[in-house]
Amino acid sequence: MKKYTYTESKDTRSGFGAGLLEAGRQNENVVALCADLIGSLKMNDFIKEFPERFFQIGIAEANMMGIAAGLTIGGKIPFTGTFANFSTGRVYDQIRQSIAYSGKNVKICASHAGLTLGEDGATHQILEDIGLMKMLPGMTVINPCDYNQTKAATLALVNHEGPAYLRFGRPVVPNFTPADQTFEIGKAILLNEGTDVTIVATGHLVWEAIQAGEELERLGISAEIINIHTIKPLDEQAILNSAKKTGCIVTAEEHNRLGGLGDSVAQVLAQHFPTPQEFVAVDDSFGESGKPAQLMEKYGLNAASIVEAARKAITRK
Amino acid sequence: MSADINNLEQIASQVRRDIVRMVHACQSGHPGGSLGCTDYFVALYFHAMKHDPSFNMDGHGEDLFFLSNGHISPVFYSTLARAGYFPVEELSTFRKINSRLQGHPTTHEHLPGIRVASGSLGQGLSVAIGAAQAKKLNNDNSLVYVLMGDGELQEGQVWEAAMYAPHNKMDNIIAAVDYNNAQIDGSTHEVLSLGDLRAKWEAFGWDVMEVEQGNDMSSVINGLQEAKNRTGKGKPIVILLHTEMGNGVDFMMGTHKWHGVAPNDEQLESALNQLPQTLGDY
Repeated sequence: MKKYTYTESKDTRSGFGAGLLEAGRQNENVVALCADLIGSLKMNDFIKEFPERFFQIGIAEANMMGIAAGLTIGGKIPFTGTFANFSTGRVYDQIRQSIAYSGKNVKICASHAGLTLGEDGATHQILEDIGLMKMLPGMTVINPCDYNQTKAATLALVNHEGPAYLRFGRPVVPNFTPADQTFEIGKAILLNEGTDVTIVATGHLVWEAIQAGEELERLGISAEIINIHTIKPLDEQAILNSAKKTGCIVTAEEHNRLGGLGDSVAQVLAQHFPTPQEFVAVDDSFGESGKPAQLMEKYGLNAASIVEAARKAITRK
Repeated sequence: MSADINNLEQIASQVRRDIVRMVHACQSGHPGGSLGCTDYFVALYFHAMKHDPSFNMDGHGEDLFFLSNGHISPVFYSTLARAGYFPVEELSTFRKINSRLQGHPTTHEHLPGIRVASGSLGQGLSVAIGAAQAKKLNNDNSLVYVLMGDGELQEGQVWEAAMYAPHNKMDNIIAAVDYNNAQIDGSTHEVLSLGDLRAKWEAFGWDVMEVEQGNDMSSVINGLQEAKNRTGKGKPIVILLHTEMGNGVDFMMGTHKWHGVAPNDEQLESALNQLPQTLGDY
């Protein structure tokens, strides 16, 4: 089994900030919009270098989505930045009509997704955003796992034509993927090969899945671990290939069990290769205030939960 | 009356015929607001705007128009067809299966002339501002027009956009409000009063104009010219366009009841008798 190590922990939102700056340097049509959260979204460096290509919208997310849609008409590639809650649920109809149905090339970049937002509590901890976004026809949905991957995903979106949702988070997490990676939208990454169980994880749960894989190895269980950074379009073939090999699957995500990655995987399996599946996800509830690690433990979203789910999945083969 | 005004009025008569025929043919759609805004649309597309019916989405070097109150799609479709964006025969497909002329305008079916979907209200001003921002970035000094309904101003997003545009000196936008005092459930006074609209827009920092006779072609032309003259001076412009819902068809005028109701055969005949066929029916 391949061992993954890291030398530093960084927040995925800073990966977005670094990616946005690089995107701005690579393509003069890249513009950025923010709804009064420049610091939280790490957009300062872009603004410093490209002040004329940045739009401070104020606390008016609906207007931000509309303005972004309008900017595409003049050939711009707008990246909007605010918290995931205000990037999706608050502005669903604006995204649906002015962006998705209108086929506009807007990149909706969403920080502070999920429970790991922490102390601010459930009002800000959206756990339904992946579901909301993946239901929109034509919307690409990406949830990278660490700083380097978030930076690479941000850059990949510049050359991707069409609306996209990029989800990332607040806390520092192990930065273990290569700095020089090429991000392929819709292409799963096989992190570890295994034979007994497949673990498909996205976002912050990818590192937890790697940790779980090591624990399972100590228990004599060989886990295949896949990083699904793109939830839509889903790499169905990678999932099916692995399910056929291991015969059972665990999905892991920082999202409601309803509407997230697990649902998407279950649909593929039900249609093509029915396979026992266990879901590591929030069980249809809101979050609450607390430290990120405390919340991830309480709501069952860590390596220990993945190990337990994997053992259960194996018994169902 | 100048020859040009006479010509525009002839076009408006044909557009009004198209509107009632389209709505009658599918027995659905919104004739009231469409008829009320006909003179504005004709004045825009046949006089005020610099635009190219061969249509490309970016519209660089062209004036752009956005319809925020998408339910008055019949007047938009007829105007676009009569201006050469697509064949007038296609108006017969309005609201029917497999048509590019959806109930509310959309880019999804690639109908030339449409740059964003609208129908869910309150979104068009924001989109127009974005397009206007792009024009400034592109050093394109053409203008962006947007029309909203007055009832639509009850949507909160409009006021987010209204706050943004003056702060950012978006002086290449000419917004218009179809000020007919009517919405589905009754008059705006009954449903949710708009209050002093001029004072509201002024308080937000807009250069406010009023066109008192929004169904008089000369008044509309003069109003649009005045609005153009006021662009480039640091403020966005809004025209309070006083119109009459159902204008041009006597039994549809002066009531909100024809907001979203189609005429029957008899009513169609009566309406068409009031509207000379000037360019040939589709």
